[in-house]
Formats: sequence, C-alpha cells, structure tokens
Amino acid sequence: MSLMKALSTRDASLLPGRRTEDWRWSDLKGVLRVVPGPSPAAEAPAASSVLPDLATDNEIVVVNGRADAFGFHAVAGLPRTLRLRIVSRADQTAHQGVLTLDIEPEAELTVIETYEGEGSGYLSDFSLAVSIGENAKLERIVVLDEPADAISISQSEIELRPGAMFSQTVLASGAKLQRHETHLRHPGGGSEVRLDGLYLLGGKRHADLTTVVDHGTADGVTVQLTKGLAKDQARGVFQGRIVVEEGADRTDARMGHHALLLNDGAEVDAKPELEIYADDVSCAHGSTVGSLDEDALFYMRARGIPEPEARALLMEAFVGEVVDRIRHEGVRAAVHAWVSAKLRALS
Amino acid sequence: MLSINDLHVSVGETEIIKGLSLRVPAGQVHAIMGPNGAGKSTLSYTLAGRSGYEVTEGEARLDGEDLLGLEPNERAARGVFLSFQYPLEIPGVPSLTFIRSALNAQRKARGEDEVSAPVFLKLAREAAGKLKMDFDMLKRPLNVGFSGGEKKRMEILQMAILQPRLLILDETDSGLDIDALRIVSEGVNAMRAPHRSMLVITHYQRLLDYIKPDVVHVLVGGRIVASGGPEMAHDLEKNGYDQYAKVPA
Repeated sequence: MSLMKALSTRDASLLPGRRTEDWRWSDLKGVLRVVPGPSPAAEAPAASSVLPDLATDNEIVVVNGRADAFGFHAVAGLPRTLRLRIVSRADQTAHQGVLTLDIEPEAELTVIETYEGEGSGYLSDFSLAVSIGENAKLERIVVLDEPADAISISQSEIELRPGAMFSQTVLASGAKLQRHETHLRHPGGGSEVRLDGLYLLGGKRHADLTTVVDHGTADGVTVQLTKGLAKDQARGVFQGRIVVEEGADRTDARMGHHALLLNDGAEVDAKPELEIYADDVSCAHGSTVGSLDEDALFYMRARGIPEPEARALLMEAFVGEVVDRIRHEGVRAAVHAWVSAKLRALS
Repeated sequence: MLSINDLHVSVGETEIIKGLSLRVPAGQVHAIMGPNGAGKSTLSYTLAGRSGYEVTEGEARLDGEDLLGLEPNERAARGVFLSFQYPLEIPGVPSLTFIRSALNAQRKARGEDEVSAPVFLKLAREAAGKLKMDFDMLKRPLNVGFSGGEKKRMEILQMAILQPRLLILDETDSGLDIDALRIVSEGVNAMRAPHRSMLVITHYQRLLDYIKPDVVHVLVGGRIVASGGPEMAHDLEKNGYDQYAKVPA
C-alpha cells in the first residue's frame, strides 16, 4: 500500500488521508506533513514495560523495525506462548518492520504482541503475516501502549486453513494516530474466528481498529465484539467489514461495537459493514455510542460510593466483557491489570 | 432524628415542594401518603441528593446535621438510605462487589476500617439467609434480569448490611405481589430499631397494613396538609385525597 511507498520515497503526498475512504477518520496525511527520516538501530530494553509480569515460552523483539528473528514457527504438541515485542525507541524518525508467524497443523499457540513506545514523535509501521494450518489454534492478544505523540500503524494478514481457530483481542490506548488493521481470509468449513477489540482513550489520543473478514467458502463462523471509551478530545474509530462471497452459504457472522463518550469533546466514528452475496446466511451487526448511565451513577452514589469510584466501576463493567473473552488465563489476568490502570487514568 | 423545615424544591422552573415541614424522631416510622404529582418522589430524591432537584428554601437535618449541602454518597455515609421505587440494573457489576464497595466507601468516609473480603462474605451470607435469598443470586450482576420482588429484596439486603439511620422507602410496594410484599415488609420491620427513623412514602394504604406507621402525613400540592395516627391511612383509602384538594394555599 501507499504507506510503504511513502516511507521509502519519503513522499508525503503518497500517504493515505481523509480522501481515501478507508482512512477518512484516520488522516495520516493530515498529521504527517513531512515523512521523517529513518530511525537508527537501538538496543531493546531488557524487560517489557507492557504486561511486565507475564512470562512466555518464547520471545521475539523488534526494535525500530529490526527483528531478532525472521519469524516464528509453531509446531504441533504442547500449547505454547510467544511474546512479540514491537519496540519503538526513536525520536521524530520512522521505521518499518515485517514478521511472519507460521502455525503448523494441529499446533496451538498464544501470541502476546505488545507495542512499546519509548521515544517520542516516531512513526512506526509494522506488518505481520500469519498462516494457521488445519486444526491449529491461535489466540492473539495485541496491546498497543505508546506515547501520545507517536504515530503507529500495524497491519496483519491472517490466512486460515479449514478447521483452524483464530481468536484476537486488540487493546489500544491510542496515540497521536494509532491504527491496527486485521485482514483475514476465512476458510469456512466450521472454522471459528473471534475478533475483539477495546480502545481506552483520553487526552487527544486517537485509535482506529479496522478489520476486514472475507468469507470465501461455506459454513464459516465469525464473532466480533469491540468496545471503547473516549474522554477529553480523544477519538475512537471502528471500521469492521465482513464480506460473504457467493457460495459462502450458511456463514454465521456477528459484529458488535459499543462505545461510551465520557464527555462532550470526545468522538467515536463507527462503520460496521456487511456485504452479503450468499444464501442462507445468519449475519448481524450492531453499533451503539452512548454515555455512562446517569441513573446508575446516582444509584451507586446514593449507596455511598463516591462519584469517581462509581464511574470507574461502571467503566470496568462495560469493558470487562471484552477482557473476559480472552481464553488464556494468565494473559487475561495481565490484561485486566493493564486495563484497570488505564481506566484509573480516565476516571 | 430527621427534621425538615419549610422545604421548597423546584425541578426546572416548577416548584414541586412548597414549604414542607416534618419531624421523624428516632425509633419511629412515619408514612407519607399522597396522590400522584403531590411531590412524594421529589421529597425522597431531594433527601438523597439527586441532581436536578433544586432546594430554593428551607432545610433538612439528620441528627442536627444539614443534609442538603452534602453529596449523595456523603449522605449515605451519614446513614441516609433511599430504597428506590425502581432499583437500577447495573450490568457487569456483581451484587456482592457493589454492596461491598458501598459498605467500604461508607466506612472509609466515617473513618472506620474497611471490611475484609472473608468478613464481608460472612455478613452477606447471613443477611441473605435471613431474607431467604439464594446466595448465588448475589454473584450475578446487580438486579440484571431480577424480578420486581427480587429487586426489592436486594434493596432490603443492602439495608441490612449497610445499617442506615434513616430509611426512606419510595413506593416500595409498587410492582410487588402479595407474597413479595409480605417478605419485603418483614425485612423492613426487622430493621425497626430505637436509633433508626423510617419514612415510608406510598400512594396506597396497602403497604401500611404490613409496615405499621406511628404517624401518617398527607402530602398534597407540595406540603403536608394533615397528620394523624395509623387510622388515617384507612380513612384516605375510603375517602380519597380529594377532601384535601381545596386546602387554601
């Protein structure tokens, strides 16, 4: 896409912006008038600053686009965990990284992908290519925790074989512009895909969760739940597209997006789309944007709970549904702690 | 003791409570009866501190302390408990978490130690047992999917754990069948104590067959137009509120 070319040629006019339909709420051209020069190589911090207490079987570190491995190959056998650290240690410079994950048939892997920003004003572009073999299982948890002035784009292409399972939870705390894209070709045939997301935004932060699922054959299942909170002048974007191609009969696809605006200046833009060209499908989508329930807040305060604590309880309850769907117990607990810390900053 | 003096309350541009005075000594149960629109709910929300209810004149004190300048949670910590006509559903917050948060927030505000999880669980288990509530219900999100009777029982359970000094029951009988009404009333009656005042706000006399008041007040047009003994409730049931409608302003 044009971002890659814009970075290699340093031609800002090639950047996608609000005139490109898929980027109209994430105006990269608007926030980046000049393409910054390349980031220098840097050492990785020894320990991750994001979900620091989570131990994994394997680890790959990418610093300023430079990876210490070409990718990861998961073989059948005991379930394994992989930490994928995407570290940016750069100031006002740009870097790009690419990695592949290959999950063999019957293998089972949990990937914890953390975006750790250490510098300021950087531009990070990271691409991940994933292939999941027959009857293999991949659970991917992505945590985007970057500075308020960073620009961070991450894109993934997911290929599944029949019988494979893929679950994803993306947790975004935003940046100057932060966008996470997932493109997935669904194999049908009873394969199940879960694509969840959560954005927790304050200040002037922006987060964009974009997914495209393409059902090419029959009997595929996709469930999607994205929730978000936006405060101050923050902006949350959800774009979800599910395409059910001709012949992808009996596809079962459900997409939900629900956001709360915590004050008047915050903004949420949502575009849930279903494109259906097949018969006998069961597809639904829903998107709601509201605010914290004032009646519930009063009820809680009338029982003695001070307003900030009442708001925090309501927010935690609202977003908890997404976190609870993470299957890996250890990761779920670590993500809960991360979410609680972000909520404290918002309440 | 609750004492209200010459209270005036407006909602938006409209004055609803127009000079209401009332004293509920400790240990007593007072009923406030009145027709729709008399200001019954306005009175209970004003005492609990809901925003949008503007006190333009007068005062309300609990044991001498001014309530009206306090936040709703501060009033709760001082012992005010409003039992809602329609208790709210709070999705995602288990009932136990909610009640424990409330109890500990109140204790913290009073400078008392917080109650540990095991001690709280024991407390909740006992209280639920007395109300014949299934303890597993307390693990579910507060009031979500509960019947009207279950919601009211959850209110009683909260009272029993929070031990308020002033209970305000706002139309507690609405939406209850006779069996639920009996159970809820028994719960309220068990809360009667020499140091506790209760204000029972109701449209119908039915509730007062179960919760026997010491004094009945008639609220019409934003003020108390008559007060008397428990027999007054029956008189109102028979003769209606019209007899008070033309009381001069």
